[in-house]
Amino acid sequence: MKLKGAQILIKMIKEEGVDTIFGYPGGAVIDIYDALDKTPDLRHILVRHEQGAVHAADAYSRAKGTVGVALVTSGPGATNTVTGIASAYMDSIPIVVFTGQVPTALIGNDAFQEVDIVGITRPCTKHNYLVKDITKLARTIKEAFHIARSGRPGPVLVDLPKDVMGAMTEFEEPGDIDLRSYKPTYNPNMKQLSRVVELIKEAKRPVIFSGGGVVLSKASGELVKLAKMMNSPVTASLMGLGTFPGSDPLWLGMLGMHGTYRANMSIGNCDLLIAVGVRFDDRVTGRKDKFASEAKIVQIDIDPTSIHKNVEANCPIVGDCKNTLELLNSMLESENPADVCGNPEERQAWLDQIAQWRATSPQRYEQKDDVIKPQYVIDRLHKLTDKNTIITTEVGQNQMWTAQYYLFDKPNHFITSGGLGVMGFGLPAAIGAKAACPDKLVVCVAGDGSIQMNSQELMTAIESNLPVKIVILNNRYLGMVRQWQELFYDKRYSYTNMERAPDFVKLAEAYGAIGMRTDKVNEVEEVLKKGLACEGTVIMEFIVEREECVYPMVPAGVAITEMLLV
Amino acid sequence: MSNQKHILSILVDNEPGVLSRIAGLFSGRGYNIESLSVAQTAENSFLSRITMVTVGDDHIIEQITKQLHKLINVITVNDLTDKKYVQRELMLIKVNAKPEQRAEILRIVDIFRCRVVDVGPEHYTIEMSGDDGKIEAFIDLLRPMGIIETARTGLIALPRDKKKSK
Repeated sequence: MKLKGAQILIKMIKEEGVDTIFGYPGGAVIDIYDALDKTPDLRHILVRHEQGAVHAADAYSRAKGTVGVALVTSGPGATNTVTGIASAYMDSIPIVVFTGQVPTALIGNDAFQEVDIVGITRPCTKHNYLVKDITKLARTIKEAFHIARSGRPGPVLVDLPKDVMGAMTEFEEPGDIDLRSYKPTYNPNMKQLSRVVELIKEAKRPVIFSGGGVVLSKASGELVKLAKMMNSPVTASLMGLGTFPGSDPLWLGMLGMHGTYRANMSIGNCDLLIAVGVRFDDRVTGRKDKFASEAKIVQIDIDPTSIHKNVEANCPIVGDCKNTLELLNSMLESENPADVCGNPEERQAWLDQIAQWRATSPQRYEQKDDVIKPQYVIDRLHKLTDKNTIITTEVGQNQMWTAQYYLFDKPNHFITSGGLGVMGFGLPAAIGAKAACPDKLVVCVAGDGSIQMNSQELMTAIESNLPVKIVILNNRYLGMVRQWQELFYDKRYSYTNMERAPDFVKLAEAYGAIGMRTDKVNEVEEVLKKGLACEGTVIMEFIVEREECVYPMVPAGVAITEMLLV
Repeated sequence: MSNQKHILSILVDNEPGVLSRIAGLFSGRGYNIESLSVAQTAENSFLSRITMVTVGDDHIIEQITKQLHKLINVITVNDLTDKKYVQRELMLIKVNAKPEQRAEILRIVDIFRCRVVDVGPEHYTIEMSGDDGKIEAFIDLLRPMGIIETARTGLIALPRDKKKSK
């Protein structure tokens, strides 16, 4: 069968089980768009900026648990994807980004809209390709998807010169992918695992620490089972929220810079830390030598470079989180249950100690009846939505308050730019999540600063009929930077004042969305109820306390047990 | 943990951009490259061998090795440092050779078992190979004559055991 390069591309994307791609046309990809026009069964969502396409593909991937795809043109189209790619790289999200490129004969000649995107994205992709030979096209695309989704997932970029997309070739099925140099380790070392069993039996004060790897390997069920068997409290990084139910009594809350008092104190005092699918980011560990300093650390991760990178593990295990936890659980099941969940008195003393930390310093805010507290809005949002709601966030205070006050019960329902911290992520991410899960309610929690970074995507939501609900916590500041300026820079609010802002209600209306606003405490619930119940895309703007801070807070470089409390 | 020199023998796909991925990894993560030599292997034209000398404590070397492994185009990484291996470096050195210095230079060349590959009215170009200790000693001896310029390949190495290095 003779096919054009563009047809091969679309055929291969469809064979990967992808039903929706996010993109923006341009000169170098015009052949691909011409082929897309004849492919009604591959849905294309037209974004309004290429960055939005990549964030949407990222969220689509997370909400659906598959690979997300973005398609953009050469030059500026390609460079606009870099922030999105870097974010997916930091959060290990499997996406494939297809970029147009000038014809092969012009590469290197500084042609119109030419950029060396393979060179630019080398350090922020898991791998990338420039396809110069149409006979290698199908295989390269298949490899790209394979690399994106396997092992520690990540973004892969494929650069497609215009002439390769326009050329014809005899199509050949690429067959199975077997890369000699790339063989991720899925199955753990059994000897190491039996050491973990011994460590669990010896532990008096265990803590399980769950991260994004548990979401990616779909190991949440196994993690919950382990916690129940061990009767062990569980904390999670920002990326791990939802892997353990926020409503469970064993839940400690998030740990780290804005973690709960009890989570951070538990880390400081535990004697066994089982870390699953985490990379010990500096926002989690604080001062590294004081992190879990009394504990034996077990670290389970599919990526060997995550081990001994920031924190020395006593018992490192390279393997897929799900496979490893499954095996560990079955080994524990053959032990005496009483040994696995520890001495009842000691374990109760540990849980009592945690309850006491919780009582002495709960996560709290005080809602008086004059000004809306941002935490109150999140708290109400949590009460008014069910556990099937997908929440995306922007970055900054809005993100931290959501992590603290919205208790997630399921994985893949909290979508945030964790590692790179991209402002402008939340809205396109909400659109991507809605495209993946049209039957679920999708809410983007935003700040007044970050929503302005990609607000043009409102048009995408409207045009593509992907209704999302946007909650803006408007404090007329770049709140998180202002918080640092207040605490560490003598309140010199250098360029963080954002009093001059658009009228968000009118902005919504300008795009054909619904806009609502309130500054009254007693209207918060009503606005949320009304907004969430609307059919279409809605902006709900809440004028909140201007100088509210995110607490607890661990200042940079100190031990995570040395928190600034409210 | 002290900084130590490590010789890494890295087998990679012989493709455009691979060296850039490796160099980018080192610059992006703040690792050092002391020397680097790359060429296609004789046994398989789809593969290249990179021999790299890098410096770091055990923690950094462990990360370097693992990060290199993580690159899709890297097939094997072999740290030769604690193994038995042979190492060589090739140097071309151009040195002043006035008539009165010539005999002395040739004596040194003879002692070091290297050879003069080019002669000018007032200079010699000498080819020599050896481990870095030998090369440094040779340079030191020629320094008083006046070294005009040098070119060095960087270290290459292979393990001593018979089996193919992995």
